[in-house]
Amino acid sequence: MIAILDYGSGNLRSAARACETTGNEVVVTSDPNVALEAQGLVVPGVGAFAACMAGLLAVGGDEIIRKRKLLDRPTLGICVGMQILFSEGTESNGQGNHVTRGVGLWDGEVSKIKAEILPHMGWNTVRPEALSPLFSGVENESFYFVHSFAAKKAVGIRTAWTEYGETFVAAIEDGALTATQFHPEKSGAAGLVLMKNWANTL
Amino acid sequence: MTLSVRIIPCLDVTEGRVVKGVNFTNLLDAGDPVEMAALYGAEGADELTFLDISASSSGRETTLDVVRKTADQVFIPLTVGGGIRSVNDVNQLLRAGADKISINTAAIKRPELISEIAETFGSQVLVLSVDARRARTNSGFEVTTHGGRERAGLDAIEWVERACELGVGEILLNSMDADGTRAGYDIGMISAVRAVSSVPLIASGGAGTLQDFAAALDAGANALLAASVFHFGVHRISDIKTYLSEQGYSIRESALG
Repeated sequence: MIAILDYGSGNLRSAARACETTGNEVVVTSDPNVALEAQGLVVPGVGAFAACMAGLLAVGGDEIIRKRKLLDRPTLGICVGMQILFSEGTESNGQGNHVTRGVGLWDGEVSKIKAEILPHMGWNTVRPEALSPLFSGVENESFYFVHSFAAKKAVGIRTAWTEYGETFVAAIEDGALTATQFHPEKSGAAGLVLMKNWANTL
Repeated sequence: MTLSVRIIPCLDVTEGRVVKGVNFTNLLDAGDPVEMAALYGAEGADELTFLDISASSSGRETTLDVVRKTADQVFIPLTVGGGIRSVNDVNQLLRAGADKISINTAAIKRPELISEIAETFGSQVLVLSVDARRARTNSGFEVTTHGGRERAGLDAIEWVERACELGVGEILLNSMDADGTRAGYDIGMISAVRAVSSVPLIASGGAGTLQDFAAALDAGANALLAASVFHFGVHRISDIKTYLSEQGYSIRESALG
């Protein structure tokens, strides 16, 4: 069973439907026990880092994600759901930059992309590392991105990269913890293969 | 690694059917929205846009249902516009499965709606739809409402600048002069909007020949929206992508179909 963590963020319906195509039972939940016990947990996320982090803390999602990591239970963070796994995010709030603390499973900062036109919106190709189980069969495909902030340093066991204005992290594989900056649930057939690859680790 | 140009079929939906007219009138029935969305998804559409042009509340409920059914089977981004007046309207559409929403008239009436939506859901969900035509304003372009029938009393370029400051994440620029004519996108209008904005720009209205699509990109568009050329079989999405690829533009190709 795959749980989609409902913390007031994201198009949960699409994430749930994409997970269902892997053949697993899917529940959308904010119940900490269900989210902790599920074979797989998906942490979606759209919007601002600070707002998502506030929503995550409100349902105790940070503790759930940390416990799952200790128990070696697979978790997949998507878009801002990936970014909040880092130690901090910097974001302008109109009165200059401010820093929001993330869950902190990876050391690093999520900062604004240096590009003329933002958000980075649309389909971009990704450079995965060789023998990446997550990208098996979709190494040369495009995925759908929509974001203005990104992590720029390698973390975890394998880092996949993309480029828009500058080079930044597209995906991370780190044992039980997996994350994508792009939206596999919005990346057509390639995204569904990637979801299936992740579901195969459950 | 390069960001691809997006090809976006637009489905104008009323009472659960897709329609398309010329200059927003003379509407012709073009098909079932969910079936057409699935077909365009399979043909390589990079996004889909639904414009709800129904006026009645029953029509709006039908549109929510169309969004749900489409989001359940088409795994590409879905933008929905038409009649959105409040943060709650946005919430309903996002929960039904929309990824982005586009606003037009309600933002002109009350520009703060832009910042309210951006602050609640993030700028990336918010597309400002600008229906503009050539006129004697400061920039030579003015904003219209009600499907081009009424003047909004706004200069189009000044409006785009203001809306960007308020927090829109993308601009859908529709030329009311060119809409449905297949005589080409309004290149001057695209350049003028590009010059004052730093968010992605979708060109709309007037797509006819394959060269028209390339011309809009050269003028600064990041994505290309069209309706009638797709609905009535003038071009397939793959024809446009093949042409643009030959011309050196980056397009999305998938080995997975």
